[in-house]
Amino acid sequence: MKMRKRLALVVALVFALSIFAGCGAKTETPTPGTPSKEDIKIGIINSLSGSVSSYGTSAHNGALLAIEEVNKKGGLLDGRQVKYVEEDDQGKIDDASNASQKLINQDNVVAIIGATISSCSNAAAPSAQAAGVPMITPTSTATNVTENGEYISRICFLDPYQSKALAKFAVDNLKANKAAILYNKQDDYSTGLAVSFKEEFTKLGGTIVEEQTYGKDEQDFNGQLTKIKGTNPEILFLPDYYNTVGLIAKQAKQQGLKATLLGADGWDSPQLFEIGGDAVEGAIFSAHYSAADPSPETKAFVEAYKAKYQKDPDSFAALGYDAAMALMSSINTAGSTDKAKIKDAINDLKDFKGASGTITLDDKRNPIKTVVFVKCQQGKQEFVAKVTP
Amino acid sequence: MEFLQQLVNGLALGSIYALIAIGYTMVYGIVQLINFAHGDIYMIGAFVGFFAVVKYGLPFLPTLLLAMLVCSVLGVIIEKIAYRPLRNSPRITALITAIGVSLFLENVVRWRLGPDPRPFPELFSVKVFSLGGVQVSNVQLLIFGVALVLIVILQFIIYRTRIGKAMRAVSQDQDAARLMGINVDRTISVTFAIGSALAAAAGILVGIAYPRIDPYMGILPGLKAFVAAVLGGIGIIPGAMLGGLVMGVAELMVVGFWSSDYRDAIAFAILIIILLIKPTGILGKNQSEKV
Repeated sequence: MKMRKRLALVVALVFALSIFAGCGAKTETPTPGTPSKEDIKIGIINSLSGSVSSYGTSAHNGALLAIEEVNKKGGLLDGRQVKYVEEDDQGKIDDASNASQKLINQDNVVAIIGATISSCSNAAAPSAQAAGVPMITPTSTATNVTENGEYISRICFLDPYQSKALAKFAVDNLKANKAAILYNKQDDYSTGLAVSFKEEFTKLGGTIVEEQTYGKDEQDFNGQLTKIKGTNPEILFLPDYYNTVGLIAKQAKQQGLKATLLGADGWDSPQLFEIGGDAVEGAIFSAHYSAADPSPETKAFVEAYKAKYQKDPDSFAALGYDAAMALMSSINTAGSTDKAKIKDAINDLKDFKGASGTITLDDKRNPIKTVVFVKCQQGKQEFVAKVTP
Repeated sequence: MEFLQQLVNGLALGSIYALIAIGYTMVYGIVQLINFAHGDIYMIGAFVGFFAVVKYGLPFLPTLLLAMLVCSVLGVIIEKIAYRPLRNSPRITALITAIGVSLFLENVVRWRLGPDPRPFPELFSVKVFSLGGVQVSNVQLLIFGVALVLIVILQFIIYRTRIGKAMRAVSQDQDAARLMGINVDRTISVTFAIGSALAAAAGILVGIAYPRIDPYMGILPGLKAFVAAVLGGIGIIPGAMLGGLVMGVAELMVVGFWSSDYRDAIAFAILIIILLIKPTGILGKNQSEKV
């Protein structure tokens, strides 16, 4: 009995601690600004822990780098420093919604950058919209995120937009007119890309010679690949994440398939080469950004990021950086910290030169920007082209 | 031609199912327990192989032997701790314990190593041979080869050694075997050791053929191998081999000539049909219940 009481106490303590841990937001003042001018406070929500923490941490690092750079150059609106409040949503809907309410009501931020994943952005967006606080998500790709209202915008492109660029690249750059598709039928991302690619590719005069699917835990694709091989496609489109694509590429090589493998932003991971080995050699995929992009903005970003974090920035870092930069430049354009004015400035964003390309927001607050194409060569990503669909 | 190609693909996949299915069927044959943790032993075999290659840089054969050794020890320990105390309990108790062991193994691995899939290191570079239009890769040949060698060794152990004789005796009648002076506990331990070693070998082969391993990789192949064992007639070793090959080929034919959507559905539909027509499995003998 005593034992059980003690256990209950421990459990209660752990719960209590975890509640406090959830509130453990850090407020940080970077270089102390001139006290006469008030700091500008912005909120950042990212998944810094939990299952998607690697995405959230990269996006967060990118945003912090942008804020540091702006503050070093004298801040915004004639020398006002930018102060940030960071929140970790742990990739959970509840925490994302709590975080945005806390930023709006307690911290009184002028705008929010976040969240990382679409479900969290959708949880955070309604309170931002209701309170009239502009929110820019760096990385949430679900179409309905920006449909939460005019205060919600994003920096990354959407999947149908990406498919358009892929189809254009396949026809114009690869000169292909016979394509096969192999996709995961139990995954919205994979299916969405497959469907829109098929539509766009056919529109441009190409033919889909074979369409095959698989389920989420499948590891053996030999059957599908044998069928695809029989139709002799010039390209094989594989819209899935790197760990599955690596397996497919390997088996495609074993089956003696000669088609060029074409993929999307889900391929963008160093693990692609570990799983796929030399089977992904020569494969091409679309990405939000490439560290090898020769544009001056990207080069400057890559150097600054490496200097601060001692590693190469990935797409999430570039998008986090661009979201923060776009927000801060919009605050300058607005000329004040009036939230409605900042919102208008964000929604009018035009030809903004970021690390992930030149960004213009359309009337649905989704970006029109270049899609980067990357080729796998000797275990490295090589920059191939930029395509604007 | 496409038919032959799909047949080769199916046999390669089927020999992996066969290796796992043999472990199921051996354990069932001897203690009438469906060891649901068997698929997870296969997963642990793959992870042992992963660390043997990545940490210690071992080549193929030592990796295979090490994984088989580790898993056979693990199989014996699991039997001692989880199943032996329940030997005389109702069968459902042991079955539920097996599910518990399965969840335990999955979650311990997940807790220690994380849920993310890991790339299994490349032990061979892939070479493809073309035999009259049919593509056969060295990986597929390796899977056939290793499965075949292991099954021949297993047949030798069961029919040509004393321990094999003891295993056959215990599976026929435990009490009578004990009266004849056979150490039943030891025989059961050996059965678990051999079954687990075969699962570990399957784990390594899968790591080479499909180089992505994660803590939950054992669930679906484990389930399919169980179906294969039942299909061939549970408790009968040649039946498990046949069942595994039938499952592999059937799956690939469904994918090749119908739709991959029905892949798993067909696997389980075959099970239901066979059990309706021949409840004891393909190689099972009809036995009337003794009263």
